[in-house]
Amino acid sequence: MASIRIPTPLRAFTAGAAEINASGNTVGEALQSLVEQHPDLRNHLYTGDELRSFVNIFIADEDIRFLQGLDTRISTDTTLRIIPSIAGGDIS
Amino acid sequence: MNVMLNAALQAQIVAQLEASYPNEGGGFLLGQAGHDSARISQALPVDNVFATAEQDHRYAMRPQDWMRWEDAAEAQGLSLLGYYHSHPDAPALPSEYDREHALPNFIYLITSVQAACAADMRAWQLRADRSAFDRLSLSIR
Repeated sequence: MASIRIPTPLRAFTAGAAEINASGNTVGEALQSLVEQHPDLRNHLYTGDELRSFVNIFIADEDIRFLQGLDTRISTDTTLRIIPSIAGGDIS
Repeated sequence: MNVMLNAALQAQIVAQLEASYPNEGGGFLLGQAGHDSARISQALPVDNVFATAEQDHRYAMRPQDWMRWEDAAEAQGLSLLGYYHSHPDAPALPSEYDREHALPNFIYLITSVQAACAADMRAWQLRADRSAFDRLSLSIR
């Protein structure tokens, strides 16, 4: 199984676990496995069926957007990392 | 939740955010979280990488900064507790833009900077259902 590293604020939804094993042959399948195991994560990772714009998935130092996105193939020794893009701004 | 910040760290954050004016500034907050309190022990400035023309009302960090400081926190036995940023000439209230880009269980420390002077600092946390922010108690000691 691949493993997925969870960002600190979302570990409240994985019973405190920093890393979760996930099945699947692609990044998208592994994320689906993750939210099936921990359904409360879904609303923070996805809007509808799409990843939220501020949710980035990295394999080592590579953003999957620069690979094949959710179709990027993974193996059992792949570690994915969920990294939020911090952004903010005033009311204007 | 009560957020504890010592006066020296607050002064460091204020100095950075006043120097960033009229643009937004920000950074990460590291420290230790308990059941109903969080003690901030480090404030780490991070570059604003939003388009330069919009930096007066928008703030963004590189994902790589998150990775770097989350790893650094854990190596020190700390946690990445939250982030701080300024609202130049605007209130220290989370915006709809903030809410859309926020996560729960994370402290959002917002400072209103009016005419280059910090006027108000408030701590916020997104509800688990993403519907709104709740204001947190902020203790400066």
